Amino acid sequence: MCFVNEIDYGTPAVKSDKTVTLTIDGRSVTVPEGTSIMRAAREAGIAVPKLCANDMVKAFGSCRLCLVEIEGRGGTPASCTTPAADGITVSTQTERLGAIRRGVMELYMSDHPADCPACAQGDCEMAAMAEAVGLAQNRYGQEGANHLAPAPAGAHEVNFKELDISNPYFAYDPAKCIVCSLCVRACEEQQGTFALTVEGRGFESRITAGMDEPFLQSECVSCGACVQACPTGALQEKSVIEMGMPDHSTVTTCAYCGVGCSFKAEMKGEEVVRMVPYKDGKANRGHSCVKGRFAYGYATHKDRILNPMIRQRISDPWREVTWEEAYSHVASEFRRIQHQYGRGAVGGITSSRCTNEETYLVQKLVRQGFGNNNVDTCARVCHSPTGYGLKTTFGTSAGTQDFDSVEQSDVVLVIGANPTDGHPVFASRLKKRLRQGAKLIVIDPRRIDLVRTPHVEASYHLPLRPGTNVAVLTALAHVIVSEGLFDEAFVRERCDWDEFQDWASFVLQPENSPEAVEKASGVPADLIRGAARLYATGGNGAIYYGLGVTEHSQGSTTVMAIANLAMATGNIGRPGVGVNPLRGQNNVQGSCDMGSFPHEMPGYRHISEDATRAIYESLWGVKLDDEPGLRIPNMLDAAVEGSFKALYIQGEDILQSDPNTRHVAAGLEAMECVVVHDLFLNETANYAHVFLPGSTFLEKDGTFTNAERRINRVRKVMEPKNGYADWEVTQKLAQALGKDWTYTHPSEIMDEIAATTPSFAGVTYALLEQEGSVQWPCNEKAPRGTPVMHMGGFVRGKGKFVRTAYVATDEKVGPRFPLLLTTGRILSQYNVGAQTRRTENVVWHEEDLLEIHPFDAENRGIRDRDWVKLKSRAGETSLRATITERVAPGVVYTTFHHPETQANVVTTEYSDWATNCPEYKVTAVEVSPSNGPTGWQEDYEALSQRSRRIGHVEAAE
Amino acid sequence: MSHDEKSGEERLVYMANQIAMFFASQPENEQVDGIADHINKFWEPRMRRHLFEIIERGGDGLSPMVLEAAASIRRPQAA
Repeated sequence: MCFVNEIDYGTPAVKSDKTVTLTIDGRSVTVPEGTSIMRAAREAGIAVPKLCANDMVKAFGSCRLCLVEIEGRGGTPASCTTPAADGITVSTQTERLGAIRRGVMELYMSDHPADCPACAQGDCEMAAMAEAVGLAQNRYGQEGANHLAPAPAGAHEVNFKELDISNPYFAYDPAKCIVCSLCVRACEEQQGTFALTVEGRGFESRITAGMDEPFLQSECVSCGACVQACPTGALQEKSVIEMGMPDHSTVTTCAYCGVGCSFKAEMKGEEVVRMVPYKDGKANRGHSCVKGRFAYGYATHKDRILNPMIRQRISDPWREVTWEEAYSHVASEFRRIQHQYGRGAVGGITSSRCTNEETYLVQKLVRQGFGNNNVDTCARVCHSPTGYGLKTTFGTSAGTQDFDSVEQSDVVLVIGANPTDGHPVFASRLKKRLRQGAKLIVIDPRRIDLVRTPHVEASYHLPLRPGTNVAVLTALAHVIVSEGLFDEAFVRERCDWDEFQDWASFVLQPENSPEAVEKASGVPADLIRGAARLYATGGNGAIYYGLGVTEHSQGSTTVMAIANLAMATGNIGRPGVGVNPLRGQNNVQGSCDMGSFPHEMPGYRHISEDATRAIYESLWGVKLDDEPGLRIPNMLDAAVEGSFKALYIQGEDILQSDPNTRHVAAGLEAMECVVVHDLFLNETANYAHVFLPGSTFLEKDGTFTNAERRINRVRKVMEPKNGYADWEVTQKLAQALGKDWTYTHPSEIMDEIAATTPSFAGVTYALLEQEGSVQWPCNEKAPRGTPVMHMGGFVRGKGKFVRTAYVATDEKVGPRFPLLLTTGRILSQYNVGAQTRRTENVVWHEEDLLEIHPFDAENRGIRDRDWVKLKSRAGETSLRATITERVAPGVVYTTFHHPETQANVVTTEYSDWATNCPEYKVTAVEVSPSNGPTGWQEDYEALSQRSRRIGHVEAAE
Repeated sequence: MSHDEKSGEERLVYMANQIAMFFASQPENEQVDGIADHINKFWEPRMRRHLFEIIERGGDGLSPMVLEAAASIRRPQAA
């Protein structure tokens, strides 16, 4: 058991070609020019006393503890704000410095609670610093003016502020605050929210949130950066106050979004005391959001199911059974069904929330154990068009950059993504770059926060009608080609020139001009022209996109349109540029990499390739089917039709997350054995015959691959509450089906992946231990991984330009359904909410709300917070409305975090032409006032209650 | 209850036509092959079998390009 201690260098690292050499306390040290003396000293092993500095934010020089003496210079400058210079000689400890520091600390301590519990715990640096500077007395006492206690009755109250415990995760005790402003700087520089400020002057100055509000009511997004920065106990996790300080810690990877932040899980025994972002984490660089930092409580929530359960019919109550009984039941049912209905009547779904190793095993179970290719994954409903589009144009199905790349971007184009809510830590890194002067283009039907947020304003916001991405992107290309803004040298060298010319003549057609596209998209032509010129000529241009691109009937076409733009302008193959899909779930990238699609083996190799199959056939000792298997929607179709009967679903809630809930329900109902392997009795489990309890990311070893292709370690910090990690359960199932799997640790599974997949050939747990993380491809050619792809040329050889004709979706507005519904995510909640709804995060978002423009609301007699009925051609649901101008007239928007809302009851069965990724982002709807939940919602609620009954176990005989 | 819900076969026809719609905008010599290649790569045998059944019944509703591509679509082995 050890504690991961990170060195705090006091001020951020500086990049410079020039170095300077100086002497500190007799030691010679060489650092990049511009480095502070404080940091230089730390690099030489000397820790200068400090309170108001850390290496995440710029130095401020307020605490006056870090003073040093420099030979030949007068005074005692602060080492945090004084740059190291060539040839100077610095002393960090002299009699004079010691006296000043003791004087400063004595004043601080005269206004610090004598019984500070945080000091006692070791979570407050005040007592430690007093000791470090040798403070032995306090001549002032605490009777004078102070911030420690309310003023006596009748006296003017200026200094004392009440404890603020409004935030569910941390407390702010102003009595312990020394107004060093580290929290203010962390909120500004790291998070970019600017929620905190120093109010008042001199002795009256206090840290306040918002307009002197409680934290919860302020703009604070609860990312935790201030808590982490606070050198005293003023800002402290409530968990630390309750449980005391952790005694050991382990570095692991967050299991929420595709950013894949590294955290230190700080523990006491088997309990998590807190999650602290890890500075060496290359995705997050020491930053976090409210989900990863605080919302881990679901892992120990009482709703977790810890024992396997089975039932004959889905109308029966559940019956708890032993693991052995569950395995043999599943094995005999799957065997029976295959015998009765054919080998292809069963399949599996891998999870984007589970590890690479677990995902690999599920597809192996399907291919080797079931003998078919009926395996799919939740990426079907999110990023499958990314796979198709980028493979076609570039040759590989992945984002091209690492997140560090954004630090070198000059123009960032964000389309169909809402990073401040969906990918908050990346958003903070992006905002930091934008505050430094990079330009921003946003293409989104909604005015997302990024369009205008403190010290950031988009140069262009193109508020297009949902469903017109392809038209707008092709119009951007039209401007770039017609105005000669493309990078001819790049295209001639890296791409097929004939294909480029064919594409160029296509985009020049009059129907692709901004003026023509204005009619369909509603985006003024001059905005399209301006945005195209900025992207093509503004320097390093980077495109970031999300599900607002993929979840359309032309999702794959849109991805290819994005790739075309990047290639035409030469924005591929170096830091600062690229095409970057922001992945929804922690391991979407990984689950796709691991062969979760029914037509592909791991590493994106088509199932029809004989050489690829041969590798696995010899290793697994079976003949593999060379035909593609069923995709999720095909499985459901086949089930309704009667030819598909059994499904093993690991960590996905298809009933809630897939389109057209009724169709999903009908498909599941038609099956004879649905096995759900999950943490909770999710919505899909309402239709399940077998429930296998799952384990959380805290309970297992493995790897996640984030949106940058970065393979990060997940490390076990506690025993699985259900007894087994998910990979062990899949292995037991395979064994019950007669397969001789004998993995004893996930590292052995990774070894098999590396041995069979060229892009993973160099990946081992030992390498991950040594490097922290690597980005695939990682093999002989790139032994330490590949931060930026397509550097010298494209993976497929020449980059391929593809014509992208705009085809309007068949989901059209009309008199009955005059509004367009689009959907998205909110910061505090995650996906279908199964995890975040089981944490305190619900204080930020109790229910899904329908955003509607004041014009549309008034026409319908809808007031803010009214219940409204949302009706589409597919179905109807009810929720409350919120009136806002973030959405344009004619567009409404909601999130899908709560099962009661059942937003997918209204989404349609239209899908991407290439991948069947559902068209979540466009549904024609009508909105009308209503009294409350619809009949379907009430019926469904009743069904949920019924189907979640767990029968009492009879006494064993 | 929901009015526009398609049967499995209607959905199949719709999907095939959607693929054809994309390839219709591609260079002429890539259109028909593109459709066939896409269906061969991504449609599992059951779907292709249904497609051939529809074609053999006259191909009602299918775009002419899909019918043209049928010659290059791999016939699944009998179930």
